[in-house]
Amino acid sequence: MEDWSKSARAFWTAFAPPTFWLIAFFIIPLSLVWLYSFSDKTGVTEITLDWNVQQYLRALEPLYLGIFWKSILMAAATTLVCLVVSFPVAIAIVFAKPNMRMWLLLLVVLPFWTNLLIRTYALIAVLRTNGFINSGLEWLVVNCDWLLSFVGLGNNMIIGPFEPLQLLYNNVAVVFGLVYVSLPFMVLPLYAALDRLDRSYLEASLDLGAGHIRTFASIVVPLALPGIASGIIITFIPTLGSYLTPDLLGGTDSQMIANVIASQFKQANNWPFGAALSFLLMYATFFALAIRAVLMRSEGRGDAK
Amino acid sequence: MNPFKRWRNPEPIGPLDYSRRLWLKLTVGLTLFFLYAPIIGLIVFSFNDSRRNVVWRGFTTLYYQKLFNNEVLMMAFGNSLTIAIVTTIFSTTLGALTAYVLWRYRFPGKAVYEGAMALPIVIPEICMGVAMMVFFARIGWPSGLIWPFNLGSIMIAHIAFSFPFAAIVIRARLESFNRELAECARDLGANERQVFTDIIVPHMKPGLIAGALLAFTLSLDDFVITFFTSGPETVTFPVKIYSMVRFSVSPEVNAASTVLILLTLIVTTIALRLQNRHNMLSGGH
Repeated sequence: MEDWSKSARAFWTAFAPPTFWLIAFFIIPLSLVWLYSFSDKTGVTEITLDWNVQQYLRALEPLYLGIFWKSILMAAATTLVCLVVSFPVAIAIVFAKPNMRMWLLLLVVLPFWTNLLIRTYALIAVLRTNGFINSGLEWLVVNCDWLLSFVGLGNNMIIGPFEPLQLLYNNVAVVFGLVYVSLPFMVLPLYAALDRLDRSYLEASLDLGAGHIRTFASIVVPLALPGIASGIIITFIPTLGSYLTPDLLGGTDSQMIANVIASQFKQANNWPFGAALSFLLMYATFFALAIRAVLMRSEGRGDAK
Repeated sequence: MNPFKRWRNPEPIGPLDYSRRLWLKLTVGLTLFFLYAPIIGLIVFSFNDSRRNVVWRGFTTLYYQKLFNNEVLMMAFGNSLTIAIVTTIFSTTLGALTAYVLWRYRFPGKAVYEGAMALPIVIPEICMGVAMMVFFARIGWPSGLIWPFNLGSIMIAHIAFSFPFAAIVIRARLESFNRELAECARDLGANERQVFTDIIVPHMKPGLIAGALLAFTLSLDDFVITFFTSGPETVTFPVKIYSMVRFSVSPEVNAASTVLILLTLIVTTIALRLQNRHNMLSGGH
């Protein structure tokens, strides 16, 4: 690497265009939102900047604090489910034959490259009142009833008429959808962590009489801990700020913070408050990223020893 | 050796042969089913000859014909492609310059600069979306321009979030460049521009292509940021699909989704072929 002043002209020619774009079309828009978050709505379209923090204070009202808390809970639940599902998958990929490994990884990552909106829509078709799950259940109920009629117990005497399950528009649907779209985020870091693991430790543990569960709990998990932490944070961050999934799969009471921000900017037309909320969400994201950076650094130090 | 003997009496499962254990096979199978069944169902039922969309009633391409005759949807598709192409050209250029600067030079405040470049990647999409909305409203971006200039604001937003992604991919490629080559060229009398276009760009090429394809799919797929920057005149394909999805589940939406999935899949396959598969999946290990 050379110092920029050695070839200043070449440096500026390459440096100026991307820097201009980043400042003009990213930093300035974000700064505008930041200024709005300290402003006041004084009319229908009038907004005056008076450097007060009342928008942030309003975000601390129980209603909005509750939504923040709920978003964190939903993101945490999603991350937990992803972790539980991804661990066996990652183990299976790591211990698969090398030529199978690439294919399994590709299969896990491929849905990631299909549009988020389309994946969410595909879930709606599965979960809705006359979707695939409910139709399958209905078929099952009707046929069981038909079978029972041979022993004189038909006509819904034992199993009542089929009532479609309300699977959409609730919190469970949102968590289900979030797990569906963010599973690859968890599998990849877990795979990377487990792949680096020295297998002779596992062999030693198994040779010395520990069972598979004990080996997993006291050898695999502690050694893969940085990867687990990284996976948790990588899954948690986008989930916390997700907009589309709660918007399409959630009901009126499963709004997450991003939906509230969107409604402040669109329907409620209260930009300063929406701005304050989006900065709070960004600070939460930065906080999670900072934790990850600290963990990564301590892991790097561990390797150097 | 009798092949059946081996089949009937396979090698015993070793202690670390986790991938051959039944419960793990089942978990992987179920997870893949969970990931793929909804998407495959969506594609299959776009060919179903029934509006109810649950029971299979026979094969038809009727909904694809309807799709191609739907002017609003085709217009949206054209908008999306135009935006994606312009975004790709700008993002690849800006990304290559960013990667080059970060790779070649030391300058004061470099760590902060790198952090700022990563910001569009890490901040929540919704924050970027509302920022773009506020920005274009505030500076009074003209509306009602003639096509394709009315797509300008969406293009600007797309370039802003996709060129840092392109920069990362291109920089990963530059890491394998032997700096002495550039020095040789300079010693032999090449000027800065010649070194860049004749030595560095040819080496960057696989990275440039991968970065371009990434920018293309990012732009084509984006919904949230576009949703906040587009107006009634400037509907893109995902935004149009969103409004159809809100309305109902219908075979037309399935058909439109299938077209988009196919397009992304083709672009991604090309990207994977061009890049070393391993590099793409494990981030350059």
